[in-house]
Amino acid sequence: MTLETTGATPSLTLSGIGHAYLGRTVLDAVDLSLAAGEVAALVGPSGCGKSTLAHIAAGVVEPSRGRVARRYRRHGMVFQDPRLLPWATARANIAYPLRLLGLPRRERRERAEEAANRVALDCADLDKYPVELSGGMRQRAAIARALAIDPDFVYFDEPFTALDVALKRRMQDLVIEAARGARFGALFITHDLMEAVRIAHRVVVMDAQGRGIAGTRAVPGEPGGRDDGTVYRLVAGFLTDDPLFRHIHDIDERRTP
Amino acid sequence: MTTVHADAILDRLGRVGQFLWSGWAGLAGLALFAALWQAGHERYGDFILPAPLATLAAGLTIAGDPAAWELAGQTTLRAVEGFALAALAGAAGGLAAGYSPATMRLARPILTVLLGVPPIAWIVLAMIWFGSTDGTIITTVLVAATPVVFVGVAEGAVTRDRGLDDMARAFGAGPLARLTTLGLRHVAAFLFPALTVALGSAFKVAVMAELLANTGGIGGALAAARANLDVAEALAWVLIAVAGLIVVEHTLVHPIRSEFERWRNAARPWGVKR
Repeated sequence: MTLETTGATPSLTLSGIGHAYLGRTVLDAVDLSLAAGEVAALVGPSGCGKSTLAHIAAGVVEPSRGRVARRYRRHGMVFQDPRLLPWATARANIAYPLRLLGLPRRERRERAEEAANRVALDCADLDKYPVELSGGMRQRAAIARALAIDPDFVYFDEPFTALDVALKRRMQDLVIEAARGARFGALFITHDLMEAVRIAHRVVVMDAQGRGIAGTRAVPGEPGGRDDGTVYRLVAGFLTDDPLFRHIHDIDERRTP
Repeated sequence: MTTVHADAILDRLGRVGQFLWSGWAGLAGLALFAALWQAGHERYGDFILPAPLATLAAGLTIAGDPAAWELAGQTTLRAVEGFALAALAGAAGGLAAGYSPATMRLARPILTVLLGVPPIAWIVLAMIWFGSTDGTIITTVLVAATPVVFVGVAEGAVTRDRGLDDMARAFGAGPLARLTTLGLRHVAAFLFPALTVALGSAFKVAVMAELLANTGGIGGALAAARANLDVAEALAWVLIAVAGLIVVEHTLVHPIRSEFERWRNAARPWGVKR
């Protein structure tokens, strides 16, 4: 991905973002810019404020300081837990953002089914309630919900942390596939460097105390085009040779927001 | 498309059938109660406790009299008017308290005071304020039923899933859209049980207030039965009041509630549904 260096209009620009919970600063002076169509993985140790940054960028949380400039048309979001409405069927859940957009019922239904199809969610499961679905299917529904509105930017907030390894891989492939097919950019929050390297064009490392971005590394090759050997070598290289990734596995539970 | 409709209709018929079938359990419970009643009748005799069948016969005689229907209608109207006002006031107040902690802090002591005053005191006050009119009954019902609805709704609003709120906000939902699509839907699950309780107490308080304030209705009829020492008739009136309550509850409150609780039912294994 060379858009970043050619100076095309960035799809998302965060400038001077700072945030405090109850007087305690969790984010300070964060600047980040994503090129159109770029998938950036934001990594950092547990509790460094990655999630908060994603929530601020997506407009869920108002930042205490700084400015968010969104130049994409429409965004979707996938959270760590599926966050499905328990009282609505999978179909209605996927169609929920379409309902917010005020689309007619028939179109909502069609687009929800199309989105479910894209994440390989069986049509027979669409009439089930979230309690009747397995963890993987719920997360699929959550991804379908984000894709149903035909977004050109998607926020992923550690979406696959709770899934087992095999399922996680399938979901990652699904996201890579969807991002390529629909050409959306994404900010992918994760603490799994392997996941970051598989999925993204660029890995952004956050400062351990949330004081800005520590640095960024472009990942050679295209998402989906790197085989497992390449991914392992890249991750091992990052972890052993690159001082930027030294604190990535530090855990300080006290700071977990 | 037609198969989808047919499926939906079949599904609905199935659920109505399930609902009607669950009536057998209710009937079995009532039959057990009647058996205990019969045992009491055989032990204490006709004057203290008339037989259930005799009471039923007295009830049917009363039901055959158009004037009695007018009395029952009068009580029902008062109870339902008070209940509707209580539901509105309680739901609005509960929603405000659930969404605003400051309102909750102000409302809680008021609620404690309202709940602490015995209903009988409210009847006396209402009689002084309104005399022997509908106003007395409706006020008493309102005061008795509002706190129940208020507490239920406030609890619902407080326990709403903030994660879902954030999700909706991420997809661009404003405060109003979040309230209508998430908040109210969540609160509804708490509102209906509260409404059931409120409706029950509305009928009970209405009859009690009528009896004390001497304003006709079922309570007035009960007062007359007491004056005549006619136990069978008194019990028959009680039976009619309870029957009215059961009818309203099973034709109105339960169907609406089960519609809202479909997803909860879906999670249950086959054998324990209802």
